[in-house]
Amino acid sequence: MSVMGPAADHYPHPHLLGIEGLTPGEITLILDRAQHYAEKNRSADKTSNILSGATVVNLFYENSTRTLTSFELAAKRLGADVINMTVGTSSVKKGETLIDTAMTLNAMNPDALVVRHGDSGAVKLLSEKVNCAVLNAGDGRHEHPTQALLDALTIRRHKGRLHRLTVAICGDIAHSRVARSNILLLNTMGSRVRLVAPPTLIPSKIDRMGVEIFHDMEEGLKDCDIVMMLRLQLERMEGSFIPSVREYFHFHGLDRAKLANAKPDALIMHPGPMNRGVEIDSEVADDVERSVIREQVEMGVAVRMAALELLVQNHRKTGGQP
Amino acid sequence: MSPAIRAKGAGKKAFINARLLDPVKQTDKTGGLLIEDDTIIKSGADVTEMSVPEGFEITDLNGACLAPGLVDMRAQLREPGFEHQETIETAGKSAAIGGVTTIIALPNTDPVIDDVAGVEFIARRARKVGLAKVFVYGAVSKGIEGREITEMGLLHQAGAVAFCDGVKTISSARLLRQALSYSAFFDGMIVQHPEEPELSKGASMNSGELATRLGLSGVSPLAEVIQIERDLRLVEMTGGRLHFAHISTGESVEVIRKAKKRGLKVTCDTAPPYFALNENAVSDYRTFAKLSPPLRSEDDRQAIVAGLADGTIDAIASDHNPQDADSKRLPFAQAAAGAVGFETLLPIALELYHNEHMSLLEVITKLTRTPAELLRFKGAGTLNEGTAADIVIFDPDRPWKIDPYQFHSKSKNSPFDGRLTQGRVLRTLIDGREIFTEGA
Repeated sequence: MSVMGPAADHYPHPHLLGIEGLTPGEITLILDRAQHYAEKNRSADKTSNILSGATVVNLFYENSTRTLTSFELAAKRLGADVINMTVGTSSVKKGETLIDTAMTLNAMNPDALVVRHGDSGAVKLLSEKVNCAVLNAGDGRHEHPTQALLDALTIRRHKGRLHRLTVAICGDIAHSRVARSNILLLNTMGSRVRLVAPPTLIPSKIDRMGVEIFHDMEEGLKDCDIVMMLRLQLERMEGSFIPSVREYFHFHGLDRAKLANAKPDALIMHPGPMNRGVEIDSEVADDVERSVIREQVEMGVAVRMAALELLVQNHRKTGGQP
Repeated sequence: MSPAIRAKGAGKKAFINARLLDPVKQTDKTGGLLIEDDTIIKSGADVTEMSVPEGFEITDLNGACLAPGLVDMRAQLREPGFEHQETIETAGKSAAIGGVTTIIALPNTDPVIDDVAGVEFIARRARKVGLAKVFVYGAVSKGIEGREITEMGLLHQAGAVAFCDGVKTISSARLLRQALSYSAFFDGMIVQHPEEPELSKGASMNSGELATRLGLSGVSPLAEVIQIERDLRLVEMTGGRLHFAHISTGESVEVIRKAKKRGLKVTCDTAPPYFALNENAVSDYRTFAKLSPPLRSEDDRQAIVAGLADGTIDAIASDHNPQDADSKRLPFAQAAAGAVGFETLLPIALELYHNEHMSLLEVITKLTRTPAELLRFKGAGTLNEGTAADIVIFDPDRPWKIDPYQFHSKSKNSPFDGRLTQGRVLRTLIDGREIFTEGA
């Protein structure tokens, strides 16, 4: 049990839009529930009918096979009916606006909307216009709460706690919603967060979020419990943030030599998909002793089951009235 | 439309027992004003109930303020081209309620005001509408594309009062140099939107902790001062007249303060959001507070107030920028920037007086006399005898809550929605005609 206290007895919010605003107890509640599903998912009896009759719509404005599949599987394992809508950015431009789409879907009375959008704040905007539960599956560079929760569950399973750990988040912080959600979660739970990246990939005034900043990888990894690598999001970059992929890997890619600075039992994490040879060397990515990257994917389904369960149950209790 | 906006016939009118704010004589005292048809024939302390000549319709203002109508040197009217957002008529009504009697409109319409026909079109439309007096800025570059200068001399002759490229920075140093140097022969003024375009590309708010938390791309406040510093060199080189619009940062105030001390021909204005709000207004992705330049830090806001108080900032303009709901009800990065401003210009500016940063006369001067002087208007921003009877009568203390749905502008995008404020326009007169009467 965490020093941050026991799990909350219920999840009090209508949506899950971000880690911001969640208490340690609420985070623990989701993780405890997710741990239950993690065990169940490894058993022969993976499915339940706890959300039978519920409709979950996955509305994805950005392509993502991994997250979409994870959410779809999570909802199906709970017995919900699932519809996937992948809306390309180009069809958004000629078609209806985000709010019109939200209103249209809302008229079909879903119980939960899982939304991914390329713009920060878009999921919150949408949540204001519908009366079902909304789950943020990533909005711009803002938040990706289920990713931070699945990372936390993975860490907790290996380290037994989420407090008093030193976590280095390395790489493309500037373009990363994963980094923001993880900083918020780890700070809330009482761990220390370091950011390691070249100065161009460190957003302005991020030190005010209670993190330490390092530009040198070896220094930043020193005595860390967790090394969390981020994907270099070349598709989001306007202008020159890094001179070349080769130079980036040389200074900021994770390889054996740099990893040697972290604690000997430090975990290696990555939200995927990995750019092998860009931010991470295959040798460390595939190290079965240290890398928990595949377990993160596994915990993703469990965490999303827990979140969907809590949100849809809240929605059923209130009938959509906040 | 509202019955409040209608023209009562001109004629002989007397206003007495007013708190007379005269920005030309720099006096603030009890007095009155006589209007005959469209002209002020007398103003001052000696206009009293006893002294009003025979035949004048007397209105006792019971101590309400009387000042020249506001001269708003930066507004977008959206006509021609964007009539779903605003027209010269709806803008005129909105201005009337705000006490604005002279508007200088930006040229970024469709088509762009970059030729004589455009200038004449606006003048003709405004005359037909018969509300606020509307003047235009001519574009500095053809199509506001930032390449070749327009026929500035001809535009000026046709009535363009100064030149700017709308909401775009004149970023080419060569173009700005030519425009400054060419327009000097007819004492033309160039108005710059100071924001270094490369540094601010793709950004939707002020950079800093809040932008980082919200995951939005931020523009550094330095993008403004970098542009200003370069442009000051060009002013020095050419001897032209340059005016910086809506300055928003403390660094800008500092640099302009020094340049003025050195005797450079530079001036600047700001708009109410920059002295009344800071970047926290965009928390929760509130797109109505998305402006260009973006709202800045609290330190910057205070520096803008100080710049107004010490005279570094010459004028206050509304920066009226109507945007329809569909342009604002979008994810923050995609939403249009800008806010409507006519109907909140006076009350928000009066906060400077209520908060004791400036005297009432100083606030009114920045809304009337200084913009009129910058634009070389002899007959606006004054209560002098023989000038047009464009006046505003207001109660500086009356409290009210801003509700954009009551606005007469076609667009409702105000960052001041719900703000409790003080100061209401009671009457607006243009050329002696009462075009707005509060509560009527």
